[in-house]
Amino acid sequence: MRINRLHVGAPAVRAALLAISLLPAAACAQAAAAAAPAGTAWWLWPLGLFAACFVMGIIAVPAGIGGGTLFVPIVGSFFPFHLDFVRGAGLLVALASALSAGPTLLRSGLGSLRLTLPLALLASASSIGGAVIGLAMSPALVQTLLGCVVLTIVALMVISRRSEFPVVERPDALSQALGLHGFFVDGASGRTVHWQVHRTVPGLLTFLAIGVLAGMFGIGAGWANVPALNLLLGAPLKVAAGTSGVVLSLVDSSASWVYLHRGAVLPMIAVPSVLGMMLGARLGARLLDRLDGRVIRRLVIGVLLFAGLRSLLKGTGLWA
Amino acid sequence: MANPEHTSQSQPQLRYALLVEWGTRIGLVVLALSFIAYASGLVPAHVPLERLPQLWSRSVGDYVAATGTPTGWAWLQLLHRSDMLGLAGIAILSVSSVVGLLALVPMYAALRDRSFVVLCLLQAMVVLLAASGLLSGGH
Repeated sequence: MRINRLHVGAPAVRAALLAISLLPAAACAQAAAAAAPAGTAWWLWPLGLFAACFVMGIIAVPAGIGGGTLFVPIVGSFFPFHLDFVRGAGLLVALASALSAGPTLLRSGLGSLRLTLPLALLASASSIGGAVIGLAMSPALVQTLLGCVVLTIVALMVISRRSEFPVVERPDALSQALGLHGFFVDGASGRTVHWQVHRTVPGLLTFLAIGVLAGMFGIGAGWANVPALNLLLGAPLKVAAGTSGVVLSLVDSSASWVYLHRGAVLPMIAVPSVLGMMLGARLGARLLDRLDGRVIRRLVIGVLLFAGLRSLLKGTGLWA
Repeated sequence: MANPEHTSQSQPQLRYALLVEWGTRIGLVVLALSFIAYASGLVPAHVPLERLPQLWSRSVGDYVAATGTPTGWAWLQLLHRSDMLGLAGIAILSVSSVVGLLALVPMYAALRDRSFVVLCLLQAMVVLLAASGLLSGGH
């Protein structure tokens, strides 16, 4: 495998390489969008989108963030596509990624179907409402709110602390009634870890709100799912991450229909995005042990901060 | 905390994983093949590729009005157009979880797990309701 023979230097150099790939790609896209003459070859944009999504897919894995979370802020800020189509494509990117990973997660026990179903039911119902509201809002309002959400994600990435094995001394009545417990074999220690959850009702209400955001912005909601499952419900971190993916597959299945029915899914935007992100994520998974996750995470925080501010300023008319 | 009697996840979970896996594979293959036909010009598109750069920066309402792109399920009548065929792949991806959920209903019923029979049916109904277009105004 050629990739195994690649020599990648110090963490700062590696981060710089990725930054060189991502930031200029976004900046060039923006500049080109403004300057592109009417006769510009149509295929340059899907090709640029594929390349940008490929890079996003690579860095999403070591950064511990879903590719869908990166997609809407970056493509929405730096590509010439209207936000309606970017959100439609963003949902499909998140859906295809979640569906591809879901079966493996479920077989290993890192994703729990029992824990998924009650949470996904509320989140997917509310995501339909979020999608309908999102498509009815003015572009400026969507940009402004998207900027606020992205900056919130940045804040969460900076301040959130995660617990690998939260202590759940006693499950609540609803959790017991629904049998929200399970097990998985921890690859690091080889132990079988049994888990259960508590605070089920606050957890359900939280997922109701997460669904609205997922539908409204077409943004992958893993950034919100994982802390809610881990810190609120008390699922082990690996189960939270795995179950988040399965929840996403159901939530995005519902919301994507709204965009599809409204005509807001353009295959020329959606398909290169999905393929680029999936191929990039496969490479990112292989490079996982060669890239410094902390450096990549800081890089992603920087890019999202820039994209979030750009979206906020664009929405408020301060940076057209 | 080792527990040797647990070697595999529950049967409903494994069945769901299998069905979603196959639905996803089929959806992605349809998506990729239709895109090749679309981008290569092998099959004519409803909206010519050359027009896209002038259209994709407009809102979806303007785009639909300018191109006569069908909303709701009307795209099924244009499946001979390569861009509309791509929507079929997306639709397959979007319903693959429903097939898995409905297959679980008899399994949970046999286990007398009534709450999960109801949850599976409700979740499938939510996705199908979204797919119907009744809630999104695209019917």
